[in-house]
Amino acid sequence: MKFSEQWLRTFVDPALDTEALAHALTMAGLEVEEIAWAAPGFDGVVVAEVRHVGSHPDADRLRVCEVDAGHGTPRTVVCGAPDVAAGMRVPCALPGAKLPGGIEIREASVRGIASAGMLCSARELGLSDDASGLLRLPSDAPVGTDFRSYYDLDDRLLTLKLTSNRGDCLSVLGVARDAAALTGATLRPVSIEPVTPTIADRVAVRIEAGDACRRYCGRVVRHVNVGAATPLWMRRRLEKSGLRSIGAVVDVTNYVMLELGQPLHAFDLAKLEGDIRVRFARTGERLLCLNEADVALAPDYLVIADATGPVALAGIMGGKPTAVGDDTVDLFLESAFFEPQAIGGRSRRLGFASDSSHRFERGVDFGMAACALERATRLILECCGGEPGPITEALTELPARPPVRLRTARVPKLLGIDPGADAVAAIFERLSMLVLRDGDSLAVTPPSFRFDIVREEDLVEEVARVYGYDRIAPQPLATASAMLPLPETTRTIRELRAGLALRDYQEAVTYAFVDPAWEADFGVPPPLVLANPIASQMSVMRTTLLGGLVDRLRFNLNRRQIRVRLFEIGTVFLGAGGTQQPTRVGGLAYGPVLPEQWGSPARNIDFFDVKGDLEALCHPLAPTFEPAHHPALHPGRAARVFLAGQPVGWCGELHPRWQRKYELPLAPVMFELDAEYLQGVPVPTYQELSRFPSVRRDLALVVDEKVSAASLQGCLLRAAPDVVWEVVLFDVYRGKGLDIGKKSLAFRILLQDTQRTLTDEEADAAMAVLITAAEQEHGASLRS
Amino acid sequence: MQDLDTIVGEALAHFTAIDDPDELERVKARFLGKTGALTDLLKGLGKLPPAERPAAGSRINEAKAKLEAALDERREAIRVARMEVRLQEEALDVTLPGRGAGRGGLHPITRTLDRIAGLFHSLGFEIASGPEVETDFYNFTALNTPQDHPARSMHDTFYLEGGQSLLRTHTSPIQIRYMETHRPPIKIIAPGRVYRVDYDATHSPMFHQIEGLWIDRDVSFANLKFVLTDFLQRLFERDDLVVRFRASYFPFTEPSAEVDMRWGEGRWLEIGGCGMVHPNVLRQVAIDPEEYQGFAFGMGLDRIAMLRYGVDDLRLFFENDLRFLRQFN
Repeated sequence: MKFSEQWLRTFVDPALDTEALAHALTMAGLEVEEIAWAAPGFDGVVVAEVRHVGSHPDADRLRVCEVDAGHGTPRTVVCGAPDVAAGMRVPCALPGAKLPGGIEIREASVRGIASAGMLCSARELGLSDDASGLLRLPSDAPVGTDFRSYYDLDDRLLTLKLTSNRGDCLSVLGVARDAAALTGATLRPVSIEPVTPTIADRVAVRIEAGDACRRYCGRVVRHVNVGAATPLWMRRRLEKSGLRSIGAVVDVTNYVMLELGQPLHAFDLAKLEGDIRVRFARTGERLLCLNEADVALAPDYLVIADATGPVALAGIMGGKPTAVGDDTVDLFLESAFFEPQAIGGRSRRLGFASDSSHRFERGVDFGMAACALERATRLILECCGGEPGPITEALTELPARPPVRLRTARVPKLLGIDPGADAVAAIFERLSMLVLRDGDSLAVTPPSFRFDIVREEDLVEEVARVYGYDRIAPQPLATASAMLPLPETTRTIRELRAGLALRDYQEAVTYAFVDPAWEADFGVPPPLVLANPIASQMSVMRTTLLGGLVDRLRFNLNRRQIRVRLFEIGTVFLGAGGTQQPTRVGGLAYGPVLPEQWGSPARNIDFFDVKGDLEALCHPLAPTFEPAHHPALHPGRAARVFLAGQPVGWCGELHPRWQRKYELPLAPVMFELDAEYLQGVPVPTYQELSRFPSVRRDLALVVDEKVSAASLQGCLLRAAPDVVWEVVLFDVYRGKGLDIGKKSLAFRILLQDTQRTLTDEEADAAMAVLITAAEQEHGASLRS
Repeated sequence: MQDLDTIVGEALAHFTAIDDPDELERVKARFLGKTGALTDLLKGLGKLPPAERPAAGSRINEAKAKLEAALDERREAIRVARMEVRLQEEALDVTLPGRGAGRGGLHPITRTLDRIAGLFHSLGFEIASGPEVETDFYNFTALNTPQDHPARSMHDTFYLEGGQSLLRTHTSPIQIRYMETHRPPIKIIAPGRVYRVDYDATHSPMFHQIEGLWIDRDVSFANLKFVLTDFLQRLFERDDLVVRFRASYFPFTEPSAEVDMRWGEGRWLEIGGCGMVHPNVLRQVAIDPEEYQGFAFGMGLDRIAMLRYGVDDLRLFFENDLRFLRQFN
């Protein structure tokens, strides 16, 4: 909502400058988003009349004009505008004038002819971008007067960003009302005198949707000169509110809407047939709207219909066939009240809104319909002449405004301040509310223009607003001193993040909506699909973090990074309708295992580097890895990760086919785990330390290549007698001394008894058990 | 006994000339060993007349002690010299860079979130969370924003195909979910990703909010002002930070306020929205608004991170350029 400050000050003129007034409005919830001058600074420009236009002897495109700028004899001005014509009145910058952009006008010779000034376009004065011709002024513009004051340019424009509960402030009157209540200044509303009907013509109106349309006022006005010029003052106020002048009748309806907040509509009476009905649309009905939209009307659209069918979308937009046009002579004016629920949401479904729907959705003053119609009629008569008929009014039950009870104790309870019952009552009275005292309560009746006062808290908010949010002193609250729980069995997401950062991974945050191609390559189809994505490459919800990580790898490689280690902890979306939204920990490592340095040999990352990272991340939980297939990963270099037998995710090298498709010089190693399973950790419990020395024995076993390290280790652990404390793989060997297809796996075996020193014989016996188990289960032999 | 002085002089000369500890021990044997020169003299004592023996014996023992002392001194001197050589040989260029892995780090939004969570934790707020794919009910209806409510146009919502699901437009649904399962007193903050159909230098279709909720018997608007002012001053580490609350409207709070803070040359920056939880919201989760009341607030994490670290383009947070991310490690 944008309007002229001068206009507002005709309604209420508090002793505050523009900034202070804007601050008062902003603090009370009518946020002034912008304060702008109506025009940039310039001076020395007056209203002038072009008396005579002659050609320039030395330039085809220049004209030599005789101009009356007041103050004595006519002057000669050389002008290049193609539309300059004798008789027109235009702004003229006199010598000495300073125009926007630092241009200074001097008396000068233009191709040999002395020119004493410049005729101006709207652009030269900074009023608009229109440079197509001179700024043509009305023929009654007083020659010689200062153009700034004539054109009301010493004015500021306030742009309000109104919240959706304050539909009552979508008019200059509405803002003025609130400003008066906030500042204590007197409200001086425009006085509206009913016009006296000069004809008896009426159009009958019947409301058939009584819950949706509560009040409908209509009036016939005949013999209207629709071609009449809109008075400059009205045009300027419309323009300052960002509305273009369209024609006197439409301008008046727009003007009254801005002034009083009541949307109005003018029909061409000749194009209406029979009575007016306000009803819901019927299946199959259509309406061609003013904006050329041809709308198939759903049965919950409220329409204005004549004998032939819908002629307007009630409260939203008029129909094109019945609109006022150049040949219109007789009008039917509409000023109605439609329920917010009957208008709300429709324009969103239609795909277009209007100033009217914007107001009706939020609530229009139902007490205003007849007044606004009188105001509009009078302005039309003043501008265009005409013969007004009487107002036809159809009424159903107007919205109730039951008194709202406020227990005065609720004010300090909710706000933490106590202005006192008298001050509270005074605040409501300033807001045009009727207040009745009832013991410790007030019964407050809101006015017809307020749609947001239905419960006690609404009143408390009004108290806070008018009393001043600024005047509510911040207060600390004494609160219970119970401590927060600190479960030792839960590791926080924050700890997981810190763990990965310590392992040299950089945290990334990528979009949750991704390219469907990534999902096809890396994900678990089908993903959830957005109905209204911003772009096709952001149109499905990720089922995996891997796509985003590969994408960000590419992004960084394109920025000359050669070593990329990223992780993300975020949600993925699984199951129909997003029934599962687990938090995942995903990571990617690419390029050299270490930052380039002098003291360590350079080597690229491999599976086991990342596996080590995961083991560190999971610690003290011990993950196990089993070969498995995943669409994103190299089938021979991928593992499913388990924690305590529970599958928790994947780790592996990117499949060569995706490495090629995504143009990656090397294959990244990636992982993705469900965070939930990493978060549960045991509380440590003390185990008795042995006072007796431990014995270390090394065991090198030769097995077939196909025997995995984990299976051999598992076999040893299962067979191990109680004295075996640790079985740790420390070497893998292939080559000289071993047959082709064989490998040697060397384990460190730690043996210990907590009660006594282990003898050599006992250790030998334990080792023999292990060797036998390995022989029997995996055909292992001792490496000689 | 001329012999003795000669032997001592010879031995001392040898000791001094030797740099090698093994050689020193060998030379020692020549004088003090079983067949050494001094040992021979001691053995020869028996041939002397008995009256001379004590004097001669004590001279030999003195000489022996002198040689032993000289030997110890020499041994130590060799050790010191050798150590000196070794230390010089082993000297490093300690200015060379340390060896080892690189350091990763946390995203600036996480960093910001951790600080915020820490500050609220110190006031007894716990962390809650909720789903990002939400239902219309939790995102709007339960928050006192029924279908066709004009406030819905404040949120340009992403919808999912084939159903009622949407991407949450704010973290406020977590309020509802938490209050459905917990009774007052309630003191939570709830950070998370939120989504709106909007994309330019100052809007990302995905961004982060942090929600706060405190419900108890006497939590008032004045308390809300205190908590948020205190929070912003602690977060930006400026006791003189000016925070203002101005009237606003959200369907799920009343009274509602926008929180602005004064930044730079007297500019006011919007930092979040807040208000007293609307009684309809409390009733929705079966909390009696006559008995309990409290406040809720929501703030943009990304915007706070931008202000805190001087980042001027929101999109940088989601590009994940390592050169950008590393600046926050």
